[in-house]
Amino acid sequence: MSTSPETIDLRALRRRQPRFSGMDPGHRACQGCGQSLAAHIVTEAAGPDVIVANATGCLEVFSTPWPQTAWRIPWIHSLFENTAALAAGIETALKQQGRPTKVLAFAGDGGTFDIGFQTLSGMIERGHNVLYVCFDNEAYMNTGVQRSSSTPHAAATTTSPAGRVRPGKRHLKKDLLAIIAAHHLPYAATATVAYPGDIKAKVRRAMAIEGPSFLMIHAPCPLGWMHGPELTIKVARAGVETGLTPIIELERGEVVSVLPIREKKPVTEYLRLQGRFRHLLGDDPVAVEERTHLQALADHNIETYGLLAREGDLRDSLSAALVRRGGAIR
Amino acid sequence: MTAHLRNLQGNAACALGAIAAGCRFYAGYPITPSSEIAEWMAAELPRVGGIFVQMEDEIASMAAVIGASLGGMKAMTATSGPGFSLKQENLGYAVMAEVPCVIVDVMRGGPSTGMPTRPSQADVMQARWGTHGDHPSLVLAPHSVAEIYSETIRAFGLAERLRTPVVLLYDETLGHLIETIATEPPPPEALLERKWAEGPRREYRPYAAGEDLVPAMARPGDGHRAHTTGLTHDETGFPTQDPERVARLLDRLLGKLEHHRALIEKVDRVETEDAELLIVAIGIAARAAKAAVGALRRQGVKAGLFRPVTLWPFPEEGFRSAVATAKTVLVPEMNAGQLVLEIERLAPAGVTVHRLGRYDGEPIAPEEIVAAARELVR
Repeated sequence: MSTSPETIDLRALRRRQPRFSGMDPGHRACQGCGQSLAAHIVTEAAGPDVIVANATGCLEVFSTPWPQTAWRIPWIHSLFENTAALAAGIETALKQQGRPTKVLAFAGDGGTFDIGFQTLSGMIERGHNVLYVCFDNEAYMNTGVQRSSSTPHAAATTTSPAGRVRPGKRHLKKDLLAIIAAHHLPYAATATVAYPGDIKAKVRRAMAIEGPSFLMIHAPCPLGWMHGPELTIKVARAGVETGLTPIIELERGEVVSVLPIREKKPVTEYLRLQGRFRHLLGDDPVAVEERTHLQALADHNIETYGLLAREGDLRDSLSAALVRRGGAIR
Repeated sequence: MTAHLRNLQGNAACALGAIAAGCRFYAGYPITPSSEIAEWMAAELPRVGGIFVQMEDEIASMAAVIGASLGGMKAMTATSGPGFSLKQENLGYAVMAEVPCVIVDVMRGGPSTGMPTRPSQADVMQARWGTHGDHPSLVLAPHSVAEIYSETIRAFGLAERLRTPVVLLYDETLGHLIETIATEPPPPEALLERKWAEGPRREYRPYAAGEDLVPAMARPGDGHRAHTTGLTHDETGFPTQDPERVARLLDRLLGKLEHHRALIEKVDRVETEDAELLIVAIGIAARAAKAAVGALRRQGVKAGLFRPVTLWPFPEEGFRSAVATAKTVLVPEMNAGQLVLEIERLAPAGVTVHRLGRYDGEPIAPEEIVAAARELVR
């Protein structure tokens, strides 16, 4: 091994660095799956001393094909609606036996916004030491892309199809974070796979807190969103840069930080990448109206959370992306 | 009206059958292997002025269907085993409050999450006894795509006419089986409809029934005053624990389906007239059994098939006449032995009952039935 400072290979050095991995590669996720990427990052940051309760969904299916598991940490498949309650039971039993540990609850948006909403609320209200992670790909992907209450307005799914009469889903995406915030929990945040460093920082933050915490990670699904698997990060980043995916942190329900947008993009930059919004790109009055509406929603997010970066902000969307690609902030 | 031939999977036929029956309200929640019913309803219902609502979970789907029916519409939901379990409390409410509705259970391997993409017939008893308390159950078990279409229509007729939830029970194989069928909507006058309250509003008692034991329903907005509850009630609809009134209600609820057995019961028989070996099967297992009967007859075995298309209440008389010449009964079913319990209960003395069970996620093949049958008649 060379010791000359001139010949140090930073890449090789980074590879030799001991790093915990909670989830191994070789599982059966689709190419470009945002959820598998997010789960990998979350478990890497959370470390080995956890137990995972995982709701029914793609993550559960693709990570445990017979006779293998991708998990390097204790992991339990619950049902669809009961993940937060199961996690609460595990956490309480361990605490009662004097062996407390952090329990992670993993679920998709269907298992979080819809069928598992009640147990999630109860878990947070009772103050269990659980980090609940919602992998938000904005529809029921595991059962064949049906709409959820997280599906954005105007997106096409198999149960909110776009046609001559209706341009996709007719309801707004539920503002789940606002509802979570109303529980006055110690820590809640959103993140996106476009900014892995941000996910890690937020997971570490949550792990350090005794009590309930909630992390919602925007995770594109190439199959359901109908974009190329190579575009996952680009799509996720466009969500942030348009203001449609606000990346924020809450403490006791108050916004304490946001990921600022350096260059705001029009929502069409996000929509045009995805087949689920294809019907919104034309010049017909319905498409124009829907685009205008979505732009208004993005502008509302930007206004509400103060997402526009001030000049020279080193933590903005562009700098964070540069860091991800190995660049440095100077 | 001309028959329209189409290649359809069972789940699509179910959706189109419901629309043909006049269903204009669907509330559902995605679950394999039934999700295509919701997807077809989402696409088709708006074309006929109907409403598709995707609910937040299984329980809500069942509750919304009950609400829509009380609101005056023909309503349906579809699910599979785990979702069917979640719906059970609401199903009992629909029985007690006598709310017409149709629930489709596309059976998959269980228990629990089990095998979402694999067939099973292990909900035979959940469909009978899934909700708590003494209650009647009306369950139809089609065995082909064409029959899924026609039985869905019949399910709505029975639900509306008898003011009761009706369960349509078939397995994953049938749900995803593609066959060519004629989708011919029945003429409106052929459909069984709900009995609406008429006459002086002052004299209306919501749960007073005549000889047919089915009370007339108040149409919302007509001005008839009705109290609806899952509590035990008398003819007024108001809750009571008076033993005489309680017994009267349960007698009527349990007797309602008995009284209408002629309307409800439907069976299919294949070569049972002189059958010495009677096979009893439902759904996809009955398709295999039909092929097995043909093969056995060619081999000189006097085999026959009895198929309860109406599964619950079990068509007892139909079975008794089909079993008259039999010495042996074979029950092939994709579970650990559920339908066979009813056959054992009903089989005449001297007739031996055997089961051929399979619960490994595979349908039963005709050859397996032939082999088992040949063992029995050796």
